[in-house]
Amino acid sequence: MQADVAQTPWRFDHFFIPLVLFLGFAAALFEAARSPEAPMVAQGWIFAICMGLTGIWYMWMYAGRTPADETRTYADGVVKAGVIAAMFWGIAGMLVGVIIALQLSFPNLFYLPNEAWTNFGRLRPLHTSAVIFAFGGNVLIATSFYVVQRTCRAHLFGGSLPWFVMWGYNTFIILAGTGYLLGISQSREYAEPEWYADIWLTIVWVCYLAVFLGTLIKRKEPHIYVANWFYLAFIITIAILHVVNNLAMPISLLQSKSYSLFSGVQDALTQWWYGHNAVGFFLTAGFLGIMYYFIPKRAERPVYSYRLSIIHFWSLIFIYIWAGPHHLLYTALPEWAQTLGMTFSIILWMPSWGGMINGLMTLSGAWDKLRTDPVLRMLVVSVAFYGMSTFEGPVMSIKAVNALSHYTNWTIGHVHSGALGWVGYVSFGAIYCLVPWLWKKQLYSNALVEWHFWISTLGIVLYITSMWVAGIMQGLMWRAYNDFGFLEYAFIEVVEAMHPYYIIRAVGGLLYLGGALLMVFNLWKTVRSGAPAAAPIAVVPAVAAEAA
Amino acid sequence: MNHGWLEKNSFFMLIGIILVVAVGGAVEIAPLFWVHGTVEKIDGMRPYTPLELKGRNIYVREGCYTCHSQQVRTLRDEVERYGHYSLAAESMYDHPFQWGSGRTGPDLARVGGKYSDEWHRAHLVDPRSVVPESIMPPYKFLFSKALDYRDVGQMLTANRMVGVPYSEDQITRAKEDLEAQTDPNSEGADDFRKRYAKADVRDFDGEPSRITEGDALIAYMQMLGTLVDFKTYRAQAPEHRR
Amino acid sequence: MYHWAYEDVLAFAKSWSVVYFSLMFLAAFAYAYWPKNRERFRRAAHIPLRDEDA
Repeated sequence: MQADVAQTPWRFDHFFIPLVLFLGFAAALFEAARSPEAPMVAQGWIFAICMGLTGIWYMWMYAGRTPADETRTYADGVVKAGVIAAMFWGIAGMLVGVIIALQLSFPNLFYLPNEAWTNFGRLRPLHTSAVIFAFGGNVLIATSFYVVQRTCRAHLFGGSLPWFVMWGYNTFIILAGTGYLLGISQSREYAEPEWYADIWLTIVWVCYLAVFLGTLIKRKEPHIYVANWFYLAFIITIAILHVVNNLAMPISLLQSKSYSLFSGVQDALTQWWYGHNAVGFFLTAGFLGIMYYFIPKRAERPVYSYRLSIIHFWSLIFIYIWAGPHHLLYTALPEWAQTLGMTFSIILWMPSWGGMINGLMTLSGAWDKLRTDPVLRMLVVSVAFYGMSTFEGPVMSIKAVNALSHYTNWTIGHVHSGALGWVGYVSFGAIYCLVPWLWKKQLYSNALVEWHFWISTLGIVLYITSMWVAGIMQGLMWRAYNDFGFLEYAFIEVVEAMHPYYIIRAVGGLLYLGGALLMVFNLWKTVRSGAPAAAPIAVVPAVAAEAA
Repeated sequence: MNHGWLEKNSFFMLIGIILVVAVGGAVEIAPLFWVHGTVEKIDGMRPYTPLELKGRNIYVREGCYTCHSQQVRTLRDEVERYGHYSLAAESMYDHPFQWGSGRTGPDLARVGGKYSDEWHRAHLVDPRSVVPESIMPPYKFLFSKALDYRDVGQMLTANRMVGVPYSEDQITRAKEDLEAQTDPNSEGADDFRKRYAKADVRDFDGEPSRITEGDALIAYMQMLGTLVDFKTYRAQAPEHRR
Repeated sequence: MYHWAYEDVLAFAKSWSVVYFSLMFLAAFAYAYWPKNRERFRRAAHIPLRDEDA
């Protein structure tokens, strides 16, 4: 490998990436060899294998040659990899979701009293991380790489660095997911991975920022398109949130356990500042980037109002960051912080709906396409769900409503109307666009997209209505008093009352998973045996000289 | 005023985003560290004993927070169901906090002392043996697994580094203290009681011959919410208003 | 060292923060609606439609 590298001009990425992989590999082997705890030994081996495989792949890909992707106008290989990874993790994450929904419905169904890893407490973070970070994260990385190149008219910055981001990020996912099953968790919701995985993610994320920002800087388009604003805000804010929220002191460098830097009330607000902005910047700003590119592109019309998109952007990122305390109303958090969180959450309704209107109205004059193009319909319905859950959210953050809704299944329903309806559909829509574009094939079957759409919509409806009823019932039963002035229901009676709704929810989740499986089949057939794209797109010869 | 440079220049765009998002976090979180009275000054709070801390680690490891909150809100029905509403001071040594976000199961902020050790054991081994309608998963494995406490001293040290006031004595004697808490007849039991006020000293898992993970988890649950004496706490006192 | 109390935070929130938020919003609004930027944004809105794939 050394000799081969010598033939090509010195490149930073060809030095940096092997170095990082080697150091990661060495550190992992050290942990595997020396750690006194079995889960950490396992994590060491897993990480070492990931580093080793990435290293072998890297040598195979780059030793003595320049992959075709680097000389094409756009680097699309890494986007393809991201799409495949997203679908894989999406199915895995939804499957775990169905399993834990069934556990709550039928607790004796998976009754393995000696197998700790099968318990709800360990599988729940696996589900949330798999769908948010593994599925959503890969969708965001893949689409951002695709969009930033097209809208900047520039090849991805960093040579092989985008590939490092892709493998590095998915290594983090594997480390996190296996860690949960082994009982490694910080217990910070949506930030459960322990210190060593957090450090790894930080390295990968800085590279992600470098690739994205570098591509923006070398753009040939004078203006930075608004979708890239949202992607950039997502990348940089997640970096800040991730670092601050995961500040912790490990008990030793050979053990997984750490203690957070902050405690109690300060720790609670730090976590929910993170937690709510994981929603705000990961699941909202990032996916709004998708909306602002894929809906205009698919509808073949410019966004309804570019000016509105500017106001949407700045007000959304400015206001979102304040909304965290609405997770802590009526708790030991000081009153002023609670009031501030509630106020900003209500204000947040306005930029959210500004964005929704902008997305929906892009279709004005082309509404008939919703009838004929199920992919566009999926994208547009996702925006409608976005509008619905961003209306519901501010309502639930009103203290009087929150007194009833907090700690109940209403919250679960609210999250899933956003997750299944907004994030899921906008991702599916984007991937249905991307696969034919990337592989230059026609989509195998529009009819299957119709089936996917209707099956999963039915799933979402069952999911969120059952959780609304369950949540409001739960809240009302907890606070119900009898004629003698005593609490009417024991806690366990409320648990019992949830049973039918938990079953309906599991059915809803199963339908949603079924729809996603149809999608995988459809995409698989598209890539394998789809007809070539109708109007073959001319392949422009390499612009390497121009790029360099 | 022309902002053209802002959106044309990626670098300034980056700085603009950082400034805008930094404001909200800084204004909300930073004051919690220095606004007077965010955490009440209150009698009774002490750091976790080594055994309780080990139990807490298991609580975190098993993801108990995914179904159980530890935060009684200032609402009438919650106070009547669970006990006095939670004070900020009660989680001042919690790294990380365990307030939770959902109540698939009941709040545990004040579960300490409400049930017997035997009940907890039976409930953890097979929840439906004592609560037929329960949907909680079984934790039988906790009682067959010996507690690994070789590293408990390091755990106390790490806690001290993030601000929990463990004394030198408490750290060097961590292992002995852990063992002593499970055996009231041991030599170290009296010393242990002096180091940790109001700590329960007994065998928690019903099997005095060994220390299991069940011992640690039950010891932790039995002390939850019991440190502050609410007979003497005056919520309306000026120093407790926030 | 002087410790801020709830009342101090409240007083600040009621006065300067209002000014701050208004200015921030006005800045974004002015930028979006500045007449000179109209043509720039019209062109920008068409960026996704022009990127013929290579």
